Amino acid sequence: MVEDIELAEIKKLATFIKDEFSYDFTNYALSSFKRRIIRIMELYKFTNADQIIQKLTKEPEFSKTLLSEITVNVTEMFRDPSLWRVLRDQIFPNLFQMQNEVKIWHAGCSSGEEVFSMCVLLEENGWLDKVKIFATDIDHVIIKKAKEGKYLLKNTQEVNDKNYVRFEGKGKLSDYYKIDGQNVIMEQNLLRNVTFREHDLVKTGWFSKFDIILCRNVMIYFNQTLQNEVFKVFHTSLFNYGYLIIGSKETLVWCDIANKFITVNNEEKIYKRVRE
Amino acid sequence: MAIIDNKEIYKAVVIGGSAGSFQVISKILSEINPKFDLPIIMALHRLKHVRNGFVEALSIKSKKPIIEPADKEAIKKGMVYLAPANYHLCVELGNYFSLSTEEMVNNSRPAIDITIDTASYVYKQKIIGILLSGANKDGAIGMKRLKNRGGYTIVQDPKECTITTMPEAALEITTIDQILKTSEIIQFLNSFCD
Repeated sequence: MVEDIELAEIKKLATFIKDEFSYDFTNYALSSFKRRIIRIMELYKFTNADQIIQKLTKEPEFSKTLLSEITVNVTEMFRDPSLWRVLRDQIFPNLFQMQNEVKIWHAGCSSGEEVFSMCVLLEENGWLDKVKIFATDIDHVIIKKAKEGKYLLKNTQEVNDKNYVRFEGKGKLSDYYKIDGQNVIMEQNLLRNVTFREHDLVKTGWFSKFDIILCRNVMIYFNQTLQNEVFKVFHTSLFNYGYLIIGSKETLVWCDIANKFITVNNEEKIYKRVRE
Repeated sequence: MAIIDNKEIYKAVVIGGSAGSFQVISKILSEINPKFDLPIIMALHRLKHVRNGFVEALSIKSKKPIIEPADKEAIKKGMVYLAPANYHLCVELGNYFSLSTEEMVNNSRPAIDITIDTASYVYKQKIIGILLSGANKDGAIGMKRLKNRGGYTIVQDPKECTITTMPEAALEITTIDQILKTSEIIQFLNSFCD
């Protein structure tokens, strides 16, 4: 077991990756980034972080594996069911009163659980064909997984099914998947208005305008400097009176664009853009 | 129970607990001297999907303000912090928290190991780690690392614990400075206000 690695080693690795590859982890939150690196070292039986640099030098393709291992892809369908109820009962009815089409961005969509949650919610209320959804992630491997919509049966039954019950949906979550051995496969038709795209929040920034942006439990892996930058991207990417939704324990109160938003629901961390 | 001399070096207290620890924590917070001003950082196992109620329940009798910190919230003196449901609570260099939804550790999120490990990484020898009653081994590795970095280790006396697995796991793999009953833990903490 790797006991610990020095701060200098972590910084050296992050700088090397930034200089040689297109990923910038230099502004990631240190403690979780360090744990990810230690995890990779244990997986590949490295004894120090320099060996990761050596491997990357010999096999540049390893950077893709590294990216998949560094980014945290633990997520749930209908995580925080109360948020999904607020979306269904308040946010969408409000939006559809004003407009016929709603554009949604899942920023950092990971393996797609949240995208499917959204599509189920929309389908149950007859809204799915009135939306355009963009789902983006930095890691193309995880995007592929999201498109497949294939999840472990065990997780689905232990977590997702129960969250759906708490969300108080119209049927059962199992109405939307087929069991295939140890897995479940989500109904592909749910993704009919979803576009998946590789996108780096840190580097690429703004690419379109949206009515709702969901970026939940993604920025917790960034430091405050980077969070501040990403919040600016979200501000630019929202139509005025568009909604920004972040994780239940995240906040935008201290960042530069805080005064351009008002709080719609503090418990569920729903904010509304009110100023240019 | 031994009272330590160099109290002024300490910067924080980190507490881990699981099954059988709620009453203990509740008692500690209800009898702690309100002047005790080191931040107390708690990782307690709790239901993943129940976001509200825990802080409220602990606050009823607490002499100190308790909050679940937001991501990147600064750590302040005199505060008690509780790891939120379904997040790991980490301490970062620069004296603030960050949250994480990484894989469960020891089948737990929040995991006590992560909170104790990151807190001791930041505070080095200037931290007191306390591990209470619990039914799994979460926290033992954290306590070991805390000890290796020079911190001060306390476990709840297994004779008094509802479930002894957790303190015993720590006792097995590292040096524990003191094994204390709840009343002695309170006395120990309150000695910092003398």
